[in-house]
Amino acid sequence: MTGSSRAGARRRAQRHLPLQIFLGFLVVYFLVPFWWVIVNSSKDAPGLFGGSNTLWFAGEIDYIGNLQRLFTYDGGIYGRWILNSTLYAFAGGIGATILAVMAGYGFAKYRFAGRRFSFSVLLGALMVPATALVIPTFMMFSGLGLTNTIWAVILPSLLNPFGVYLMHVYARDAVPDEILDAARVDGAGELRTFLQVAFPLMRPAVVTVLLLSAVASWNNYFLPLAMLSDNRLFPVTVGLGLWQGIASANNSGSTSLWSLIILGALVSVIPLVIAFFTLQRHWRGGLSVGGLR
Amino acid sequence: MTLLVKESAASTQEKAPKIRGKVRLREHLMGWVFVGPFWLVFLALLIAPLAYALYLSLWQKKLIGGTSFVFLGNYVKAFTDPTFLSGVWFVVRFSLVAIPLQILVALAMALIVDAVTSLFTRFSRLMIFLPYAIPTVIGAVMWGFLYSKSFGPLTDIFGLFGAPAPDFFSKNLIFYGLVNVVTWQWAGYYMIILYAALQGIDPTLYEAARMDGAGKWQIALRIKIPLIAPALLLILVFSLIGTLQFFNEPQILRYLAAGTIAPGFTPNMYAYQQAFGLANFNYGSAISFALGGVVFVCVYAFLFFTRKRRSFF
Repeated sequence: MTGSSRAGARRRAQRHLPLQIFLGFLVVYFLVPFWWVIVNSSKDAPGLFGGSNTLWFAGEIDYIGNLQRLFTYDGGIYGRWILNSTLYAFAGGIGATILAVMAGYGFAKYRFAGRRFSFSVLLGALMVPATALVIPTFMMFSGLGLTNTIWAVILPSLLNPFGVYLMHVYARDAVPDEILDAARVDGAGELRTFLQVAFPLMRPAVVTVLLLSAVASWNNYFLPLAMLSDNRLFPVTVGLGLWQGIASANNSGSTSLWSLIILGALVSVIPLVIAFFTLQRHWRGGLSVGGLR
Repeated sequence: MTLLVKESAASTQEKAPKIRGKVRLREHLMGWVFVGPFWLVFLALLIAPLAYALYLSLWQKKLIGGTSFVFLGNYVKAFTDPTFLSGVWFVVRFSLVAIPLQILVALAMALIVDAVTSLFTRFSRLMIFLPYAIPTVIGAVMWGFLYSKSFGPLTDIFGLFGAPAPDFFSKNLIFYGLVNVVTWQWAGYYMIILYAALQGIDPTLYEAARMDGAGKWQIALRIKIPLIAPALLLILVFSLIGTLQFFNEPQILRYLAAGTIAPGFTPNMYAYQQAFGLANFNYGSAISFALGGVVFVCVYAFLFFTRKRRSFF
């Protein structure tokens, strides 16, 4: 039985050979930039500009030397940027997730006054361009003396209307009212019902929202670029952008900076790639919820 | 806190509380306990900045005479400002090319990955999604390397055919250079959403269609695509909102494409330049707000033409 169905699957896969070849070409396209960065971060400045094959390793492979240069350049500023990005991603991601889980659950499970109105305001907010908020938020924060501090980056990333929408949809479908009522009848308070009964049921969506908000903070560029002027507070995106600007401005004098930028780009994507691969099972389940509605 | 009080006060005026008042009041209260914290952040960081931006945009700072109220003056200025208008024209044109391309690529990949289950397609699914995990800034930096004349591979590759390498930083090709970066960045993410929607379709539908003599292509075109229309629409709307606010990629490539990408290349870059480059926060806010208006009109027009307003909300 299994043997014949397996043979059938194989036949089907072979019949789809043209499609798979087409897919193969696309995979190559999506991987080329990664390949280029992996190869070229092994080179030193002469190897990079030497005009040898740009898609293959040069004679000398020097990851360790380049890593040392990357993490010691300008007093180890790159390591600081990575730590800053980590802090912003975790603080913003966890905060935004807590707010979104509570609000999504509240919208889904309580019929309170003002619910319809506030939910439609929330849906309208999904359409507000996030970047339109940067300039006025900067002005407000500068009045409060918050610009150029870590709070200027963390506080705005607590706002995640899409996360609330996603949690609302998920809580509505995945948490049956009957279970909540049963918990209440058994004498559990509202908060305990939420934490011990509803929360475990919402876990897949919680992981998705956490991952999406953390990624959004990690990727953020416009907001920290506007808010921060002290480069010791920069996240890695703004930092690398700064280096790239410097390197392009004096093209000849900063050849060594280019190899740092290439390796810096590679190192900065490794944490997220690992996070996505290891948490795959969780976010895929959650994304389907957001996509289907 | 004030909100909570106001809302429970309003609730007493609500018509016909059929269930006993005590239970209702408790439900109102608990609802606001859960929604309240988010709502505070929402008010402080979304409503307040929006209101403030609107306020700022109605004033003008003059070198002599200080700040004066000009009402819609800044908006009149924006919509007659050739830099702003050419920026808007660019992002609209860019959306019309880049969004259909991204979605077509994503849809094709999702249909293949859905129809063919093999180790290779599972591997491809992950690899194609990989760029989503890359910050857009880093993605732009990476493509900047690949486009570069001094260390990119284009010179070598085109050299094999004896052709000169295209310069994606030139005025003629920067548009396509950016389309490529954006497609690379987002197509995988859209593919995953579409794939999730495709996996949600009941497979017995395909059986039934096959019985009626439908081929693979017919099943894809007549059954799969119509059934994932809501997911397609969601992607379209989100990518439209994002693309009209285009900022990160051109801002990063600006350094490499000196002279091609002006500071006012997209409306968002223009607003950034006005606010942070020229300290002209009033006009910067007006541009942000005007762009918000453009986004709203475009999204609404799109939803109107697809006549799917109801299914989205």
